[in-house]
Amino acid sequence: MKLMKWAAALAVLAGISGFAQAGDEPFKAAWIYVGPVSDHGYSFQHDQGRKAAEAAFGNKLQTTFVESVPEGADVERVLNKLVKDGNKLIFSTSFGFMNPTLKVAKANPDVKFEHATGYKRADNVSTYSARFYEARAVLGTIAGKMTKSGVVGYVASIPIPEVVSGINAFTIALRKVRPDAVVKVIYVNSWYDPGKEAAAAKALIDQGADVIAQHTDSPAPVQTAEERGVWCFGQSSDMTRFGPKHHLSGVIENWNEYTIAEVKAAMDGSWKSHDTWGGLASGMVQLAPFNPAMPKDVADAANKVRDDIIAGKLNPFAGPIKGQDGKELLPAGKSFSDAEILGMNFYVEGVQGNLPK
Amino acid sequence: MDETTAILVSMILAATPLLFAALGELVTEKSGVLNLGVEGMMLAGAVTGFAVAASGYSPLLAILAAALAGAAMSAIFALLTLLLLANQVATGLALTMFGIGLSALLGKPFVGIPLEKLPALPLPGLSQIPVLGPLLFQHDAMVYLAFALTLAVHLVLTRTRAGLVIRAVGENHDAAHALGYPVRLIRFGCILFGGALAGLGGAYLSLAYTPMWAQGLTAGRGWIALALVVFATWKPWRVLAGALLFGGFTMAQLHAQGLGIAVPPEFLAMLPYLATVVVLVAISRDATRIRLNAPACIGKLFHPDD
Repeated sequence: MKLMKWAAALAVLAGISGFAQAGDEPFKAAWIYVGPVSDHGYSFQHDQGRKAAEAAFGNKLQTTFVESVPEGADVERVLNKLVKDGNKLIFSTSFGFMNPTLKVAKANPDVKFEHATGYKRADNVSTYSARFYEARAVLGTIAGKMTKSGVVGYVASIPIPEVVSGINAFTIALRKVRPDAVVKVIYVNSWYDPGKEAAAAKALIDQGADVIAQHTDSPAPVQTAEERGVWCFGQSSDMTRFGPKHHLSGVIENWNEYTIAEVKAAMDGSWKSHDTWGGLASGMVQLAPFNPAMPKDVADAANKVRDDIIAGKLNPFAGPIKGQDGKELLPAGKSFSDAEILGMNFYVEGVQGNLPK
Repeated sequence: MDETTAILVSMILAATPLLFAALGELVTEKSGVLNLGVEGMMLAGAVTGFAVAASGYSPLLAILAAALAGAAMSAIFALLTLLLLANQVATGLALTMFGIGLSALLGKPFVGIPLEKLPALPLPGLSQIPVLGPLLFQHDAMVYLAFALTLAVHLVLTRTRAGLVIRAVGENHDAAHALGYPVRLIRFGCILFGGALAGLGGAYLSLAYTPMWAQGLTAGRGWIALALVVFATWKPWRVLAGALLFGGFTMAQLHAQGLGIAVPPEFLAMLPYLATVVVLVAISRDATRIRLNAPACIGKLFHPDD
């Protein structure tokens, strides 16, 4: 009997407190990351976006995040939990989260989802990504001028179109500056595995590479390059401190403005499903600060390529472009469409090795 | 250094953490205890070693601290399985998960801090030998330690009384107990040794191989070390060979990609385990081989009173 009274009192209390909060409840948004925020790379930058939104909206916004969610069965479970927790806008920040995100979105039409680097949309699922390949074109220009051996090593993660288009844009720009240069690619089959990335970088350097680029999320390749005295480019965030003498530049993603805009739209009800693919011009992709050791003519060339891309004067995928076998894929005057870039599954001339299917 | 030597050197470096962890686990298993928590202990060692080194202390102190951390983790395992008689397999798995989580938590302030790699210690004179010099004698202290430990473990287990007692405890703990040997104390010592070595293996990763701390730095190497002990049929020299082989698979696959040979990257993850399965099948064909090599009492709980 006493227990019943207790339970009843508690229920009433809960009801009252629920009532009291109903008026000024903050908007709840959540983020899931494929790696740890502390990767100081890809997931870190997404979390910067979340923090920017928190700073912009103060206590009108309540954010949660779940890090290190492996791309697989766990994603659905985590998303369902976040939906149950009352989140109304969820940022799904990795390509491999695509199908679970769509599935959960279908079951919960009142919750909005933002899928990063994906290509499938729904009424309540938007996609967003950055034109990383534009930054890669600038890096390729720098590599072309800095390489002596003509061999550039590329530590890649998984052979998806985003990675392949980056390799291709890099190679095209590289060979504009140094027509005989080649790019060797090693896939470590993971976005984040410092040990394998370091081993891959070592293997590439042992095979003659004197510039190392990466499309993986840890600073291990930069560290390895610095230790071996080889130039390198970082990925996702400024990795200068891991290679102060040899880190030339890198690709940095900036999701802050986009995140704030999407949260605002979700909060005031104007949210619509759309696709955003911002490049250097929109600021979603940026370049890490150039190393002071970079000669002025190289920095000038790089800046020119960057400015031309922003102004629309230079398209990293403008023809003529030849395939690996030397046959022309794209004649002069044409360029690859967005759809073709998003589905890119072949290498251009200058990339050594076979693309794993 | 030409390319073949470079590949072989990278094989040795990749094998070192596996060698440490597997040697430790070998001693633990020889005494009859199956400690599946190698991954957790390696990570504990990795984060502790890195934390000490990044806080400005000497590399030697960092290495010692890592060994102590690994031993401390294994002490928890020892308490649960020797004293409280918990199931060894379940406790080991729990230790792994605990180690992964605890190291991630403790390592948070140290992420993103770059560290000076352990300095290479070329042995004077020996390192000048044309081919073998760069291959064997220009590594850092921990690589030499790993080789020395292989020899030490082999000698102690096969040539000393202490080694004989350890093996006896692992083969038949009731007989050893009847002879008056303190079974649980011996097992405790072996578990601590295994933990310390696993800690050293983890420390090698965070201090020398990729001098940084990141969550889950070991990336499954603990499990490979466990497989390695069985692969090597509990013999230290075979552990060395196996570690080099496993390290070799990794490096060879990466080099093959760089050379343009089309190997699916997924193959990489499969190879060490595939090799273990093949070896297990090979040695299981002859049942006496297994009986001869595996410690008979491995995984069995010991009650001194019955």
